Amino acid sequence: MTVMLASLPFLLQGLLTTLRVSAIVVVIALAGGVLLGIGLTYGPRLVAWPIRLYSDVVRGLPLLVLIFALYYGLPALGVKFGSFWAALTALAAFETAHVAEVARGALQSIQAGQTEAGKAIGLTFGQRMLYVVFPQALRRFVPPWINTVVDTVKGSALVSLVGIVDLMLSIQQVIGRTFQPMPLYVLGALIYFAINYALSLAARGLEARFAYVRD
Amino acid sequence: MSVTSAGIPLVRVRGLTKSFGPSPVLRGVDLDVARGEVVAVIGASGSGKTTMLRCVNLLERYDGGSVMVDGVEIGYRQDSRRARGERELARLRAGIGMVFQHFNLFPHLTAAENVTLGLRKVRRLSRREARERAMHWLGRVGLADQVDRLPYELSGGQQQRVGIARAVAMSPKVLLLDEITSALDPELVGEVLSVVRQLAGEGMTMIVVTHEMSFARDVASRVVFMDGGRVAVSGTPQEVFGRQDNARLRAFLSRIELRLYPDGAGA
Repeated sequence: MTVMLASLPFLLQGLLTTLRVSAIVVVIALAGGVLLGIGLTYGPRLVAWPIRLYSDVVRGLPLLVLIFALYYGLPALGVKFGSFWAALTALAAFETAHVAEVARGALQSIQAGQTEAGKAIGLTFGQRMLYVVFPQALRRFVPPWINTVVDTVKGSALVSLVGIVDLMLSIQQVIGRTFQPMPLYVLGALIYFAINYALSLAARGLEARFAYVRD
Repeated sequence: MSVTSAGIPLVRVRGLTKSFGPSPVLRGVDLDVARGEVVAVIGASGSGKTTMLRCVNLLERYDGGSVMVDGVEIGYRQDSRRARGERELARLRAGIGMVFQHFNLFPHLTAAENVTLGLRKVRRLSRREARERAMHWLGRVGLADQVDRLPYELSGGQQQRVGIARAVAMSPKVLLLDEITSALDPELVGEVLSVVRQLAGEGMTMIVVTHEMSFARDVASRVVFMDGGRVAVSGTPQEVFGRQDNARLRAFLSRIELRLYPDGAGA
């Protein structure tokens, strides 16, 4: 117990890094994923096909492989990338692909009749998205999207493997000095769980809020 | 085909062809609709009537032929014969109203908001003007006291009347009605048709795809029977329903148990 308390200030730095990495990745993956999801759903073949390829490849690889590929592979190709940005890019690429699939699923769940009704009153594509499709797709998007946020927080622990001092690596550093793995791993697990459980609760709250249509 | 009033028809369909994959649905449809005319399109399912209607506002692209609405080709630019861009198409569609079989109301918007969306975003009316116009039309279809209800709170007949209000509030040149009572419980059909009847009385130009033969007979100025992707018979309701010489038409009419002219009167 004393070990847990004593290590908290040190872990705080790592926790902040974990939160920072997660937040950046969540924002990038949300913006990129929604765009790619729109491309997958409504794009012509020339647009949809490359996105499909990207999504399938990236989702088919273990995240760790992706991180190592960018961390070790890119410098070999002459691209200079700090470890932080290499890891962050890999994580963002991974989550973007998952968000794209979530967005595609949400968009495809909206009946074709909705788009047709929007067309019939003269709405342009952008207006149909904004006023007709997105508001309806949102409630199908948010719950699985929060799952990808949870995955991001958990996946961010892998950035410790390329030397970024996040929560995971700071835990291991404390263990390296105190030789008390059990209490520290328990503490780490509790912190990760607390973050993700809060997210799950938020997801449930939002689901209830969007239940405006009986269907 | 009956002669329409002087001048260019408001809607002019010529040689319209369309295939879904290898199977042709439209094999050269010709149809003229004059201003103020109500044309009922009847025919068996698969005869191409709904597809033809959907070509008029390009919810369905056509392969060949031409659709002109108020002198403007819908399917492509007249100068280059290239497909129209999204914005041009949206502008054209704003002048062509459509009411759908399954209503297709926006479920996240109230009845009034369903009507104001196009007025605000397409017609660019102010919030107040749009609301006033929505109130006017929702009142006209008998829903003055339901304007702030969400679609799921309304009956099918009420939803379809919102659908009509949404379309006519845009002041379209022509209104396309696609089997608008087919998804309704029988006791709700009347309230929807009476709204359409009123619009017809006020001179709204309409193309009505319908299975309601008595409605077609009462309201349409002309009835068009489609068969196998073509217009097979066209004429006044009396002419079409009374015609004995077209076996396909007789078979269709008897299938839907029409006994309007058992003795062939009016042919």
